[in-house]
Amino acid sequence: MSALALDAAPRPLRLRVSDALYRRRALLILLLLVPPMLWVGAVYVGSLTALLANSFFRLDDFTGQVVREVGFGNFAALLQGANVDVVLRTVTMALVVTGACIVLALPIAWYMARHASGTRKALLYLAIMLPLWSSYLVRLYAWKLLLAKEGAISWVLAKLHLSWLLEALLAAPVVGGHSLSFSPLGTFVVFVYLWLPFMILPIQAAFERVPASLVEASGDLGAHPAATFWRVVFPLAVPGIAAGSIFTFSLTLGDYIVPGVIGDSSMFIGQVVSLQQGTAGNVPLAAAMSLVPIAVIALFLWGAKRLGAFDAL
Amino acid sequence: MIPTVALENVCCEYGAVKAVDGVDLALAAGEFFTLLGPSGSGKTTCLRMIGGFALPTSGRVLIEGRDLTDAPPYARPVNTVFQDYALFPHMNVRDNVAYGLMVRGVAKAERHRRAEQMLELVRLPGAGERRPGQLSGGQRQRVALARALINEPRVLLLDEPLGALDLKLREQMQAELKALQRRLGITFLFVTHDQHEALSMSDRVGVMNRGRLEQVGAPREVYDAPATRFVAEFVGAANLLEGELARRLAEGASCALLRPERIRLGPERGARAAGTVTDSQYFGSFVRLRVQIESATIAVDLHASAGPPPPNGARVGLHWSAAAIHRIENGTEDRR
Repeated sequence: MSALALDAAPRPLRLRVSDALYRRRALLILLLLVPPMLWVGAVYVGSLTALLANSFFRLDDFTGQVVREVGFGNFAALLQGANVDVVLRTVTMALVVTGACIVLALPIAWYMARHASGTRKALLYLAIMLPLWSSYLVRLYAWKLLLAKEGAISWVLAKLHLSWLLEALLAAPVVGGHSLSFSPLGTFVVFVYLWLPFMILPIQAAFERVPASLVEASGDLGAHPAATFWRVVFPLAVPGIAAGSIFTFSLTLGDYIVPGVIGDSSMFIGQVVSLQQGTAGNVPLAAAMSLVPIAVIALFLWGAKRLGAFDAL
Repeated sequence: MIPTVALENVCCEYGAVKAVDGVDLALAAGEFFTLLGPSGSGKTTCLRMIGGFALPTSGRVLIEGRDLTDAPPYARPVNTVFQDYALFPHMNVRDNVAYGLMVRGVAKAERHRRAEQMLELVRLPGAGERRPGQLSGGQRQRVALARALINEPRVLLLDEPLGALDLKLREQMQAELKALQRRLGITFLFVTHDQHEALSMSDRVGVMNRGRLEQVGAPREVYDAPATRFVAEFVGAANLLEGELARRLAEGASCALLRPERIRLGPERGARAAGTVTDSQYFGSFVRLRVQIESATIAVDLHASAGPPPPNGARVGLHWSAAAIHRIENGTEDRR
């Protein structure tokens, strides 16, 4: 009898709403997706479209106003000598930085995933993440001090009687310069320092998913450690390497502060974009220039897919 | 004759824990040997020291007379079937099976031919193109076996390989493994905590407890004449008679074993002991009764052919032949 009485009582509105949503899963998903869709749709795709549109417009040299006529003048300008140099310089730097990050991250990630445990692992996480908690600019200027001609690095090398090594490095063509803080070598060092955490963490996550028994099985079947690395460990780390490379590669391609603070006066894509839309006020050319990283990364991902980087995902 | 594998007074310590504590063991060529013990007894560590994945802190590991105590896994003529199979997920079945040949530099056509032979041996012909992820547990087991056998090891190490399979499949694989071992004549070292598996497959069984080998012998020896209390209790169901009961029923022994299936029910008159049925458990092919005798409880297994069991509370007489009693001399010695 009491059960019947309970059934007769109307369910509170809150529960009825929850029942209705439970019955209509699609409605619930739609409600959850509205805010992010608005964000991605209006803000993200919208600004990207505006960027793309701008790259086809041109700047009137007399009035300094943007003329909304579709043309390919900006893209033609990208293919001029200086701009081609900028693109090649930036892409080369991004590739070299990515390569160095992979080489440095692999052993650290392996150690973290396979050997460290408990407190040591927590400390390693902290050591890798800690730089990300402090301002990027502070760290950049700290590096400028370290790399300066009278800075800590040249001081240590002088004490070790290794100044000749530094001088030989700085005398090298293309990468050398007046001092570490005024050379592409210095830019490279700082880029690698800044983006290394973004390479270590995905590779470490990939290694965590490789069962220890796979490495043992490879050795058991007669593979030397080098063969085990190339045949088993590396292929299984490739998804992590691909993810980390997307970070390091795109972060380097888009950065305009590091090469301004540390390096010789040669320009990177980000600096050109900043200069064109800021000082020169040529938004259309800046827009065209900023499409270059997007195109390069699309090419990069296509290449990675062709090489099978995402097969194991 | 030189044993295929010999462990000489091997110890393995992890910090303060002695995983293996002074094990001596010699495996003859072509033997199916099983290390049986509960988890943490050191049986897997023994296997890993033979495979080269763990190094002994003292003692020697010899394979065909060669001292390989500190040799890395790739330098040992030994292959392993891992508990989780450890198939390479980024390779198809053929490349998995041929892996051992590939890292030894065997030409592609030759290693593919031999991989197909191995797949036929484990009754998976034509499965070479498939990925490990597309296989069932039993099929993965066969691939792992084929992969380990392609290098023609002197010894095959099997680390609880059937643990992940369901009962029917496990029984089928037990029979297949045993047949395969007879056909190939390779020494098998099998590690398990399942006493049925150990008894039904092995030529010899070594029972491990707390890092020590408690007894090595043929399955029948280990079951009928256990050397220690631990072996008696771990292998099969056991009634351990102790104290007053042992003195009365086992002619003054301090500890004796009486297997439940060696006891028959009968009239109280002329019985060796009499008691009250307190519980009965149905197992299909037999019924296990608990009979209270004074302060002790004795398990009695009644075969299905003995008819319906007496109800709880019934008085029963217990009969057995004198040979059913096995005295355990060091039974009271506490090894723990």
